[in-house]
Amino acid sequence: MTMIPTDCYYTKEHEWVRLDGATFVVIGITEFAQDQLGDVIYVNLPEIGSEIQQFAQMGEAESVKAVSDLFSPVTGTVVEVNSNLQDTPELVNQDPYGEGWMLKVELSGTEQLSKLLSSDQYSDFLDSGEH
Amino acid sequence: MVDDNPLKHSKNRTLGDLSVSGRSGIQFPSLDVPEQEGLPKELLREEYVKLPELSELDVVRYFTNLSQKNFSVDTNFYPLGSCSMKYNPKINDAVASLPGFARLHPLQENAFIQGSLELMYELQSSLMELTGFSGSSLATLAGAHGELAGVLMIKAYHESNGDSQRNVILIPDSAHGTNPASAAMAGFSVATIPSDSNGNMDVDAVRSLAKDNLAGAMITLPSTLGLFDTSIVEICQIIHEAGGLIYCDGANMNAILGRVRLSDLGFDVVHLNLHKTLSTPHGGGGPGSGPVCVGEKLLTFLPSPVVTKSNGKEGTHFNLSDPVNSIGKVAAFHGNFGVLVRAYAFVRALGLTGLRHVSGDAVLNANYILSSLKDVYKVAFDRKCMHELVLSLSPQKSKGVKALDVSKRLIDYGIHPPTMYFPLVVEEALMIEPTESETKETLDSFIEIMRKIAIECEENPDVILSAPNFAPIGRLDEAMAARRPNLRQVY
Amino acid sequence: MTENFVHSYIPHTDSERREMLNSIGVNHLEDLFLEIPERYRDPDIKLAPSLTEMELLQELEFLSAKNVQVGKMPSFLGGGAYSHFIPSAVSALTSRGEFLTSYTPYQPEVSQGTLQATYEFQSMVCELTGMDVANAGMYDGATAFAEAALMACRLTKRYRVYVLESVNSNYLAVLKTYLVPQSVEIVIVPDNVNQVDEDVACLLVQYPDALGTIPNLSSLGKLIHAVGGLFVVSVYPVALGILKPPSEYEADIVTGECQSLGVPLSFGGPYVGMFACKSEHLRQIPGRIVGKTNESHGGKEGFVLTLQTREQHIRREKATSNICTSEALIATAVAIHLALLGPKGIKQVAQLCYNKAHYAAKCIGEIPGFFINPHAPDKYWFNEFVVTGPKSADHIQKNLYDQGIVGGIKISNLVKDGLLFCVTEVNSKQEIDSLVRALDSMKEL
Repeated sequence: MTMIPTDCYYTKEHEWVRLDGATFVVIGITEFAQDQLGDVIYVNLPEIGSEIQQFAQMGEAESVKAVSDLFSPVTGTVVEVNSNLQDTPELVNQDPYGEGWMLKVELSGTEQLSKLLSSDQYSDFLDSGEH
Repeated sequence: MVDDNPLKHSKNRTLGDLSVSGRSGIQFPSLDVPEQEGLPKELLREEYVKLPELSELDVVRYFTNLSQKNFSVDTNFYPLGSCSMKYNPKINDAVASLPGFARLHPLQENAFIQGSLELMYELQSSLMELTGFSGSSLATLAGAHGELAGVLMIKAYHESNGDSQRNVILIPDSAHGTNPASAAMAGFSVATIPSDSNGNMDVDAVRSLAKDNLAGAMITLPSTLGLFDTSIVEICQIIHEAGGLIYCDGANMNAILGRVRLSDLGFDVVHLNLHKTLSTPHGGGGPGSGPVCVGEKLLTFLPSPVVTKSNGKEGTHFNLSDPVNSIGKVAAFHGNFGVLVRAYAFVRALGLTGLRHVSGDAVLNANYILSSLKDVYKVAFDRKCMHELVLSLSPQKSKGVKALDVSKRLIDYGIHPPTMYFPLVVEEALMIEPTESETKETLDSFIEIMRKIAIECEENPDVILSAPNFAPIGRLDEAMAARRPNLRQVY
Repeated sequence: MTENFVHSYIPHTDSERREMLNSIGVNHLEDLFLEIPERYRDPDIKLAPSLTEMELLQELEFLSAKNVQVGKMPSFLGGGAYSHFIPSAVSALTSRGEFLTSYTPYQPEVSQGTLQATYEFQSMVCELTGMDVANAGMYDGATAFAEAALMACRLTKRYRVYVLESVNSNYLAVLKTYLVPQSVEIVIVPDNVNQVDEDVACLLVQYPDALGTIPNLSSLGKLIHAVGGLFVVSVYPVALGILKPPSEYEADIVTGECQSLGVPLSFGGPYVGMFACKSEHLRQIPGRIVGKTNESHGGKEGFVLTLQTREQHIRREKATSNICTSEALIATAVAIHLALLGPKGIKQVAQLCYNKAHYAAKCIGEIPGFFINPHAPDKYWFNEFVVTGPKSADHIQKNLYDQGIVGGIKISNLVKDGLLFCVTEVNSKQEIDSLVRALDSMKEL
């Protein structure tokens, strides 16, 4: 049974979003996503200060024999990047909702969160097999 | 009672570990001219280059021991799909080492290189005969290099016609990764042709992609699924009618040597892998050679140089020439000449009859394995194959044994694994290419081992999951290799 | 098919073929080829009749004897391919079937030989150039140079490159073939360039350059770095036995032709290109890279192909290059050669080349009417130099041939009536003196 914390929003591309104060969010990929990827060897993320667009490509996660695009779950400005992932990308596998977080983003507005899935909806989405 | 092998736990040492300050593997004669005024100090390195210091025997023993950790055609059955790991005749190496070839400088005066040029001319002619094309250049140094030259010619052709809006290349989903990568290097964008349920290209998809922006297609024949695409002639027609040109990836030419000319089927350009089809040794990852052959439309666009022949008053003369609309030089010199000598020797040793037996037995052997395994393994497409067959280990995967595991188990039996996880369109793919070189005994032994492994998958999967159990080394941690790259030592 | 065909490369007997066809369930071998459209099947192809091994050897000995190779006459040719001494151990080891007849090391458990040899090659390239990381090798020096320019464009997201005019014309030609289709503009600039536009991805130089001279890498490096571009240096690795490594001039990417390190001239190939860079650019390197790791379950160290997500088989049209099969065996030869040379050997070779070449130049320069490096008399150089004489380059070259000496590449495009000479450790004083005498016979009276 894959772990789906209830305090996060989700996308069908298997990213999670957790509110951090009123206008900031932390972003990462889900337990399911890291399991599909296998051993993550490298994560390519946007730089601090860059603008990211909801559902647009924002980076890449690499495993030994595959590259997967990462899509931004929100629109906003990157204010922090998890620099630990440069040297220890395996954190994404080991603790995808915690130490394996990827970006902290200042939202351009909170209404966009309504376009995301709740934990229940994401769980149903996984069960539906449409991923 | 013999104890544990005392060598089993010995540390693997690199040259840095073996180096002892003051040792030397070579002597040079002392300077026989007066010493000259040196360069100013600021241009000179302050310390020696930090290379290892070893005796000649240290070096010989080290690399000999290393070599023994490889599987190779000379030592093992090597049915690596799409690589045509056939026997590499020893005479080929001998003739490539003849001083007149091995010690010839590439910028030597034309009168002094006539022997090499004649050989290149004859090889060009042989390749043109085998493909049915009217021109050839041997300048490209590997398969992907030939691909690049091929698509660059297509690009140059369209530009010469004022058709620079033609910027899309069609590539089947089963294609080798070099095809889209080469198209991208030539500045094209890529559209994918899906495979149909029979393993052929989807003709309707090709039709819908054949628009004004179509530059052409890159098609492997036989396909990487080991199949002769029966819609190939129709697809070439559709692409031609839309104004595109068709490039053939000749990686699988071993199946059709002497049996069909690519030009007759509608192709405009092909590259051949001499290190596959024409028996030149692959060297653990090269040198290769990927000559291109073209039809009339692309004749003037060939990469430089091509070897031409002229008959003057002083007799026949061979020249290195630049085609008028050439895409340019693709390498510093004239091609991997040492590889060309070997390929030429192979063609001459076999002649047309021999080459037709090459393709005949290559296809026979693959079908023999296919028919002997298809009751125990799922075949990707249930029809006659060409020179290679593709199995899908998806049924075994559902029981926890993957294509990777079966591959590693084959190592325990002294067999080099087939190509794994390719083509991408087949789940858990294993692509097996026996080539024409192997005896029936070798094939029978391989079949027996594969059948045994199929039973092991059911009854004793642990022995497969832990494989290789008897190789010089066990499975390696590739994730760690990529996460913490250790790419060099300091001597 | 011909009945009773027997050939040493193809083992089946006709009875075995029949047995196998029965097992497949077809009557004739031709039945396996029925998917080829009938009207195109079995075309008329004209190839010369087959030869036995004995005949083949005779024919190729005859053909090769039509060439005039190094060793038949004293030779002073360089220009990107060099005659250096190769110890016997190099070919003895690289002709071992286990190295020669294996494929790219996709299965590391049975390819440790090739992988570890490649790791040694990468390590040695790093030591020679002073760079942090190196790949397993490119096709040749020219394509490595072009790939470096493309990598610089990817890294800087700029699509204009500067190339010094003193770069080898063959390298420049390959650069054009590779860069123009990707809409990268190539600007050829003089060696004393002192201004670089802000949109330039990299400055490409050769060290020593096409005429053998040593460019001022220190100022060139600073110049390109001032606009945030990358400094790409192509080397003649033997010269690095004495010259400062490019790393000391802040080179970002170093490429080079390794033929001079244990690889026969072989009429231009197979050779191997080196490709090294700073570690920060690692993920944009083209081609194979070997890395050291451990067993997943066990304590042994071993080697694998790594960082493969850069490559065509994974990233397809987004790959850093299309290169797949490269020149692994030649890289192995280079590693063996350098292992034999060691630190003192490579310095000694470089010193022999330098001294013999400067001795030759000094003697030639004393002949009335002959000039050494007239285009750049004050520049320092390594072992190649330009000679002009009282007659045309054609005349001098032909006259030398008539006197039994191969020497001088015509480089009139760079220096009017110039001939480029190269002297290495294999040229004895006797050979050099005979060259000087031959030129002396053409002196200005």
